[in-house]
Amino acid sequence: MARYDRAITVFSPDGHLFQVEYALEAVRKGNAAVGVRGTDTIVLGVEKKSTAKLQDTRSVRKIVNLDDHIALACAGLKADARVLINRARIECQSHRLTVEDPVTVEYITRYIAGLQQKYTQSGGVRPFGLSTLIVGFDPYTAVPSLYQTDPSGTFSAWKANATGRNSNSMREFLEKNYKETSGQETIKLAIRALLEVVESGGKNIEIAVMTKEHGLRQLDEAEIDAIVAEIEAEKAAAEAAKKGPPKET
Amino acid sequence: MECVFGLVGNGFAIVVADTSAVHSILVHKSNEDKIMVLDSHKLVAASGESGDRVQFTEYIQKNVALYQFRNGIPLTTAAAANFTRGELATALRKNPYSVNILLAGYDKETGPSLYYIDYIASLHKVDKGAFGYGSYFSLSLMDRHYHSGMSVEEAVDLVDKCIMEIRSRLVVAPPNFVIKIVDKDGAREYAWRESVKDASTA
Repeated sequence: MARYDRAITVFSPDGHLFQVEYALEAVRKGNAAVGVRGTDTIVLGVEKKSTAKLQDTRSVRKIVNLDDHIALACAGLKADARVLINRARIECQSHRLTVEDPVTVEYITRYIAGLQQKYTQSGGVRPFGLSTLIVGFDPYTAVPSLYQTDPSGTFSAWKANATGRNSNSMREFLEKNYKETSGQETIKLAIRALLEVVESGGKNIEIAVMTKEHGLRQLDEAEIDAIVAEIEAEKAAAEAAKKGPPKET
Repeated sequence: MECVFGLVGNGFAIVVADTSAVHSILVHKSNEDKIMVLDSHKLVAASGESGDRVQFTEYIQKNVALYQFRNGIPLTTAAAANFTRGELATALRKNPYSVNILLAGYDKETGPSLYYIDYIASLHKVDKGAFGYGSYFSLSLMDRHYHSGMSVEEAVDLVDKCIMEIRSRLVVAPPNFVIKIVDKDGAREYAWRESVKDASTA
């Protein structure tokens, strides 16, 4: 099997592209990221691994704008992400220049996925080691969308999804608890999913909310702490309710 | 016959452009907006070959937007002006653009500014500037009446004087003008000065 690691253009005898699978491993080691689509709000959340004390946290933005109406979060190799995000930003402007319309979420997802696929079928290059969660509102229809791409270059649309570390647990949680939400409820759902795998607290989570009117808004630590406190309170109340009212003796 | 001019006032910059799109002896339309909103606090008033004008200004606009997404902050007016000039200069000895530009902008730190960029990539930071045949009249009038720190009312008054002069003294004077202003609250349309409306079916 080791012989089939080298050039990614080579299939293994049992039909695997090992470099792509190894890239997916890199993604699985990356920080947790979650995306939830509501009716009028889309939320992206990313785990913030403990930051070095001397580091300026503002220079490490994990959820970025691709255009006024599109945002991206990713899990995996951050340096690869920088390159991909730069190309996507250029494509967003290039599309506006040539057809005088902003991109749709599907278009830019297809572009990013296409780029990731190209690097699985070229000589001397390795695949991008990241999966992306792309959210946005389509320009004229205002339909909210959430898409995911991965190192193989596949993409699909989701109501809610997670990638990176412990993504399976988060996805299980979302499958159990997803329902159509809007506004604050969507934000809460995303944070609850992240809290399944991340230590609670505003310091460890980065949340960005996209709405049609206000574009992308990063929530600050205080806001996140407040919502986390709300969620913990709800959880405690639910626990207490489960235990049942005190029995009359 | 295209007239573009502008000036810097107290905390704002104002630019004026004629709105006729002409091909030889035919006026295609007289409500062509030649002042593009480059970003929230910049205006580009352009005159010249209409194909080049649209192509070049849109190209600059998209690159300015890209810079903002990449770096999280917008370009300063000076930086945008120098970028524009650089693009004109690069194209000059291969595929020159026939576009003259007045770039007006407002920066929080440095206030309003106006840049004169001509088709052979000269760049000057100016208090007042003008392009085209109309410049013979508007520059003289602005030289006479301009003083630094003019209020919006005074500036619009001067603009109207220039428009009157152009209309009465230039042989093929454009009938309609658009006035746009940029200040701390952003770049926006201020007014139109129309003496001829496009004929439309009842």
